[in-house]
Amino acid sequence: MLIVAVWAAVCGFDVVPSYMLPSPQSVAKAFIEDFPLLLEHSATTLAEAGIGLGIGIILAFVTASLMDRFRLLYTALYPLLIISQTIPTVAIAPILIMWMGYDMAPKIALIVITTFFPITVSLLDGYASVDKDAVSLLRSMGAKNSRIFFTVKLPSSLSQFFAGLKISVSYAVVGGVIAEWLGGFEGLGVYMTRVRKAYQFDKMFAVIIFIIIISLLLMVAVSLIRKAVMPWERKGDKK
Amino acid sequence: MSISTENNILVAENVSKSFDNNLIIDNINIHLKNREIVSLLGQSGVGKSTLFNILSGIYLPDSGKVYLKGEDITGKPGKISYMLQKDLLLPYKTVLDNTALPLIIKGMKKKDARAKASALFAQFGLEGCEKKYPAQLSGGMRQRAALLRTYLSSDGIALLDEPFSALDTLTKSAMHKWYLDIMAKIDLATVFITHDIDEAILLSDRIYIMTGKPGEITAEIVINRKKPRPDNFNLSEEFLEYKRTIVEKLL
Repeated sequence: MLIVAVWAAVCGFDVVPSYMLPSPQSVAKAFIEDFPLLLEHSATTLAEAGIGLGIGIILAFVTASLMDRFRLLYTALYPLLIISQTIPTVAIAPILIMWMGYDMAPKIALIVITTFFPITVSLLDGYASVDKDAVSLLRSMGAKNSRIFFTVKLPSSLSQFFAGLKISVSYAVVGGVIAEWLGGFEGLGVYMTRVRKAYQFDKMFAVIIFIIIISLLLMVAVSLIRKAVMPWERKGDKK
Repeated sequence: MSISTENNILVAENVSKSFDNNLIIDNINIHLKNREIVSLLGQSGVGKSTLFNILSGIYLPDSGKVYLKGEDITGKPGKISYMLQKDLLLPYKTVLDNTALPLIIKGMKKKDARAKASALFAQFGLEGCEKKYPAQLSGGMRQRAALLRTYLSSDGIALLDEPFSALDTLTKSAMHKWYLDIMAKIDLATVFITHDIDEAILLSDRIYIMTGKPGEITAEIVINRKKPRPDNFNLSEEFLEYKRTIVEKLL
C-alpha cells in the first residue's frame, strides 16, 4: 500500500515524466482495458507452463528415483544437474527457438529445463531424509525395495517435493514469458514485447502485475493441492 | 550347547561379537519360552543393543548361534519383529493402516489386513483411533499402536528395546499395567531390553543381568511372583528384596 501511495505521489507531482513512469491510475486503467487481451495471451503462456511443468515433474521423478536407487547414477548425474542450472535461460532460449521454431515447443523445452532442477533436487533431498530405522523396520517385516520405496520413501518426500514445486510454478511462468520475448505469435511475453516496442509503459506495468497475480495464484493452487494430498499434515497440528 | 532348543522358542548360544577388535559382548547364552517375558537388564553401553541386533539378525555374531523354534536364524533378519523407543509409525498413514502394514507386506489383502488389525484395537486400548494419524495421538497411545504392529508382524516372539523409556513417569506406569494386561491375553514371548530395574522386576518372568566390559550375562533372576501381580507389587517387601539383589549384582 505504502509503495503504491509513494508511487502515486511521485507521478502526481510530476517528479518523473509520465512516459517513463506511468501513474498507478493509468496502469489500473490499462489493466482493466486490456484484461480480455491479457487473458487471451495468458491462455497460451499457461498452456506452455502447464505442459512444461508436467513434463518437468515426470522427468524429475524418474531421474531422482533412479539416482536414489543407483548410487553410480547419482554420482554421474549430480554435477550435470548443477551445471544445467548455471546455463542462463536467456542465453539458451534463442538457441531453442532456432532449433524448434516459433511455436510452443521451444517454450515448453525451456520450462522443462528450468522446472526440472528444483523438483529433482527437492525429491533427492526428500529421499535422503527418510528415517533409516523406518526402512530397516520395514525390511525386517520382509518388505522388498519397491515396497519400501512406495510405502516409506515416496510419501516421506512429499513435503520436500511440494516445496520444490512451489518454486517451479513461478519459474514455469517466467520461463515461458522469457521464451516468448524472443519470438512467437501469442503469449504474455509476446504481448509484453509489443507494448514495449510501442512505448506503452502503462500496459507494460499492467502485464507485469498480471504475471505476478498468475504466479501467486499458481502457488496458492500448489498449497491447496498439498493440503489435499497430505491430509495428515493438517490433522497433525491438533491433538 | 547346554541349553536344549526343545520347549524354547528362542535360544542364543555362546554369542560373541566385537567391533574393531573390541570385544563388546562375550559368550552370551539366553533362552526364552513361549509367552515368557524375559528382561535384559544392564547399564548403558554394556552391549544390550548389540545383542538385540544379533537376535534380530541385523548383525552377524563372530561366534555363536541364534535359534528360533529350533531353526538357525543367525544373521537372518526379518524373522523376529522388534519395537524401539521410537515408535516409527508412518506419519502419513492412519493408525489402522500403520498396524495393518506388516500383514499387507506379508501378502494379505488390504481389506483383510485392516479387518484383522482393527479386531485387535479394543484389546490394545486403541478403540476410536483407527482413522487418526499418529501425530494426533499421545506418546503412550503411539507406543500401543507400535506394539500392536509388532505383534501383527511377529511369529510368536518380539524384541522390545526400551519401548517405554521416552515416556513420562505417569504414562510409563500406565503403560506397564496395560502391557502386562495385553501380554496375558496374546500369544507373544518377549525379550525386553531395559536399564530400569523397577520396570524389569515389574514386567518380567525372568531377568538376565548383563555387566562388564565386554558385556556378559552375570546373573539370572527368576521373579516368582505369579501374574497377574497386584497393583502395589512395586511397593512390597518382596519387590524391594528383588531390587536389592539386582542392585548388588549390577555393581
